[in-house]
Amino acid sequence: MEHLINIFVKAIFVENMIFAYFLGMCSYLAVSKTVQTSVGLGVAVIFVLGITVPVNYLIDNFLLKQGALSWLGEGFANVDLSFLSFIMFIAVIASMVQLVEMVIEKFSPTLYTSLGIFLPLIAVNCAILGGSLFMQERDYETIAEATVFGLGSGIGWFLAIVAIAAIREKIRYSNVPKPLRGLGITFIITGLMGIAFMSFMGIKL
Amino acid sequence: MSTAKAEREPFFSAKTKKLLLGPLNKENPITVQILGICSALAITVKLEPAVVMSISVIAVTAMSNLIISTLRNTIPQRIRIIVQLVVIAALVILVDQVLKAYMYDVSKQLSVFVGLIITNCIIMGRLEAFAMANKPVDSFIDGIGNGLGYGLILIVVAFFRELLGSGTLYGFRVIPESFYEFGYVDNGLMILPPAALIVVGIIIWVQRSKNPDLQEDN
Repeated sequence: MEHLINIFVKAIFVENMIFAYFLGMCSYLAVSKTVQTSVGLGVAVIFVLGITVPVNYLIDNFLLKQGALSWLGEGFANVDLSFLSFIMFIAVIASMVQLVEMVIEKFSPTLYTSLGIFLPLIAVNCAILGGSLFMQERDYETIAEATVFGLGSGIGWFLAIVAIAAIREKIRYSNVPKPLRGLGITFIITGLMGIAFMSFMGIKL
Repeated sequence: MSTAKAEREPFFSAKTKKLLLGPLNKENPITVQILGICSALAITVKLEPAVVMSISVIAVTAMSNLIISTLRNTIPQRIRIIVQLVVIAALVILVDQVLKAYMYDVSKQLSVFVGLIITNCIIMGRLEAFAMANKPVDSFIDGIGNGLGYGLILIVVAFFRELLGSGTLYGFRVIPESFYEFGYVDNGLMILPPAALIVVGIIIWVQRSKNPDLQEDN
């Protein structure tokens, strides 16, 4: 149990998707103009990450890894399909995003219109594919670990986008040099927040 | 009539030039279109992985633009995202296997970021915005142009981070040893991830003060 909490906290703070790996920056920069939309997108990302990482964990462990197909019989014990993992992961993600899009369209049409083009673009949000690829690279042992890692990274992404949206709402009232307005200052603020998040480094539970 | 005219067009016409060179400055994918920042920043600590990454992205953007543009009239509108992703993923698998075979060290350094070329927004963005509506040759050139624009920023960022952070360029020592004896110290901040964001922020600042029409209101 302690082990799981450790992975969870690490995924949120120490290995934050945005501040440590810059994953999902495109939608992070483009949708962070108001807190309301960024909360919506953040929740969608938590949801998609929390589902796709465990599903891809199962696919990786029972279909793709070297020796993963041994449950089919002796002859398959040496088959290594791991070069197919990119295409399998992205297919799972694309179909999950389609599902989330349908659910949001049904239950919250306002959120659906305000997210606009960025909802289908969750499919190409690097944070989602990144979550699955990190899961594969770090070789988590059980599905519980993979799920906790997926949820944790989603929550970390959520925190980051809500924080930057709140700062950008305030910064509208300050006198930023003209060429730096908008995109430029957002980059620099993200850098400064990243430095702040580095103080979590080395935390262990 | 327009097609006949297009055929006689010389290869390096003004239009081709604009497609190729526009993304280097006024339509730069990273600093203006805000595309493909995701994988751009994490691999700019050293020049070598940045150069390899740029070449891979140029190859994938150009080829996927060419393929999708050739197929654009046969892809049903509803499933186009999945078709595009499959084409991109297949190309990225090729790049990944080539890197693993010929440049194993660099491929280890890039780790998951080769795979993340799939979700690099530049590629999807150009497919949606350009390749779905234009002819194969133009799309191919557009792909190369945008790949170059992406690579340019990557290499500039990596140049400053490697020079200031480790005192080397492409692995060779540039700042002589005697400087260190006089008390010069490498700026450790430049190696850390947040420095990449600040460097890009400064590049945007410089670019926008030269091109006032790119400035935003708030």
